[in-house]
Amino acid sequence: MTHGTTSRTLSVGALARIEGEAAMHVSVRDGVVEDVALRIYEPPRFFEAFLRGRGHTEPPDITARICGICPVAYQMSACQAIEDACGVRVEGALRDLRRLLYCGEWIESHALHIYMLHAPDFLGYPSAVHMARDHRAVVERGLDIKKTGNEILTVVGGRAIHPVNVRVGGFHRAPSPAELRPLRERLLRARDAALDTVRWVASFDFPDVQGGWEMLALRHPTEYPMLEGRLVSSGGLDAPVHDFERHVVESHVRHSTALHGSLAGGAHHITGPLARYSLNFDRLPALARTAALAAGLGEVCRNPFQSIVVRAVELLVACDEALHIVETYEPPARPFVDVPARAGRGCAATEAPRGTLYHRYDLDAEGTITSAVIVPPTAQNQAAIEDDLRGFVAPRLHLDDAELTRQCEMAIRNHDPCISCATHFLDLTVERR
Amino acid sequence: MTAAGTTPARLPSLAVWKFSSCDGCQLTLLDCEDELLALAGRVRIAQFLEASRAVEPGPYDVSLVEGSITTADDVERIRHVREVSKVVVAIGACATAGGIQALRNSADVGEYVSIVYAHPEYIATLAQSTPPSAHITVDHELHGCPVDRGQLLEVLGALLAGRRPRIAAHSVCVECKRRGTVCVMVAHGTPCLGPVTHAGCGALCPAYARGCFGCFGPADTVNLGSLRGALRENGASPRDVSRLLRTFNVGAAAFGEAGE
Repeated sequence: MTHGTTSRTLSVGALARIEGEAAMHVSVRDGVVEDVALRIYEPPRFFEAFLRGRGHTEPPDITARICGICPVAYQMSACQAIEDACGVRVEGALRDLRRLLYCGEWIESHALHIYMLHAPDFLGYPSAVHMARDHRAVVERGLDIKKTGNEILTVVGGRAIHPVNVRVGGFHRAPSPAELRPLRERLLRARDAALDTVRWVASFDFPDVQGGWEMLALRHPTEYPMLEGRLVSSGGLDAPVHDFERHVVESHVRHSTALHGSLAGGAHHITGPLARYSLNFDRLPALARTAALAAGLGEVCRNPFQSIVVRAVELLVACDEALHIVETYEPPARPFVDVPARAGRGCAATEAPRGTLYHRYDLDAEGTITSAVIVPPTAQNQAAIEDDLRGFVAPRLHLDDAELTRQCEMAIRNHDPCISCATHFLDLTVERR
Repeated sequence: MTAAGTTPARLPSLAVWKFSSCDGCQLTLLDCEDELLALAGRVRIAQFLEASRAVEPGPYDVSLVEGSITTADDVERIRHVREVSKVVVAIGACATAGGIQALRNSADVGEYVSIVYAHPEYIATLAQSTPPSAHITVDHELHGCPVDRGQLLEVLGALLAGRRPRIAAHSVCVECKRRGTVCVMVAHGTPCLGPVTHAGCGALCPAYARGCFGCFGPADTVNLGSLRGALRENGASPRDVSRLLRTFNVGAAAFGEAGE
């Protein structure tokens, strides 16, 4: 490469293997990184605007369409926020079913990211299909785990993408124990495969990088967080979810159609597997804790490249938890509890595969929505991803454009950005002047 | 080299394109866990950004298009897709009817922008969310929010075999009878769009004790006037009927107009 000593400009095509469309812009002058921007081009779809005027029973089906990868996360946050507004709590077997459905989504989404989107980076392939030419059995194992997640979603939710069985108050129909029974064998196998996955990804080479961001996640008194919890951070935040909007502030920056989230004090934060794990290590089931330590993870993990290991540990958590629910399932007396409309405000946050997902609705007395606020995980992670890149690019400017681009893409994929959620397409442009 | 001795370069090429959408329909392709590797042996995945960073230049034999057209740039891009593709298949409610984001079509998009964004001047968007067919000739359309995995494989298999895809044009109601599910509207008075909704899901919702909510869009021949009457008789208010029809396929004339 014949870069000048003081100026060089390059632009590279689309960044692949993320969910949605965004671009990456890096400009370098005289060997100094001047600016890094994660540009989200995904055209706006205006969910928060057209939710106004809709009925209080509609957000689970409507907001699921924000993201085809994590529709259950949207359905769970939406249901619980509406139930909060109407003063209803969903407990017992219905809550277990919700957690089982959510485990299905974690399994499907994490297996997709680990095997199809992220691992090819570490092993030097452009895709999982290319990787399968040399590692067929490994890719088949990943697909089988992913399929198990989809089977849970199909049995409990009706279908894998945009499940039809979820409603405010619970489900339209509760599955019978006989319907859940075949999942047991599948989950036993998937749990073993998840253990193998932890060992496999722990063997990859990881650059020695530490993120300086604050970490934000839910924390539950006894469970690894999924459906609910208090909002906690590595900076000492410990607040009820009702205070979410006081602590996480959204701002609109010129280069993105996703609003940027940051903490009220101005600190950039991440949400997602690294944060969840580091703030809830003591909530991991014993099996997952042992596997994590054996894989070389500490109780806190700040290396974004090791997020693939943490994701594998969470895959194990979800398989173990789903198995437990399937084995102890007693169907609820009714598939849902009534949620009569009333005027008020309700909010909820749940742990989507990519991090904390917050919904808030204001309802009038008839249950018509008068305002809606949705804060997805990737929008919160955007600023921290930019910070990661800024720090990552500087010591790697000696690399040629192709290699620098490849490594930057990898650094972005560490956070499993879901641009569909944040609004989507990573095009990488590195401008060197 | 494959067993038949043909080089991978001579396999038919497949491209997957994304416009405004949730990614769920293209994810359906990755959800074909049992068929994906076999499929990859029969087609060359030449462009599929969600799955691979290896991108081959066109032309492509088959292009799957997900998403609706909502920006001026999209209009240029969908024309490009047509130019470089032999066969264009639109997949999903966004690519066949404009998706749920077509709710803007009857609203003031400027107001929508100001509700969601602090700086409306940063946002470039069209006032209408339209399907690709409003801009280019589309060869096949696959309905659904999301598309059905079986139907997607049928279309790809048919195109590979050089035959017409077998996609039913009847309603969900027919599928429901075939499945032997008790009619939720007749037995329980549950509002159901099954009689007017395009088949393809296998009559999923009634099997889960809920009414069809029309995510596959209108069937080829529908009598919405009659269904509206039946829904009203079962206690649905005009507002309930309007909400039911105005979701993911609001951009399809039969639903959008009846829901006004």
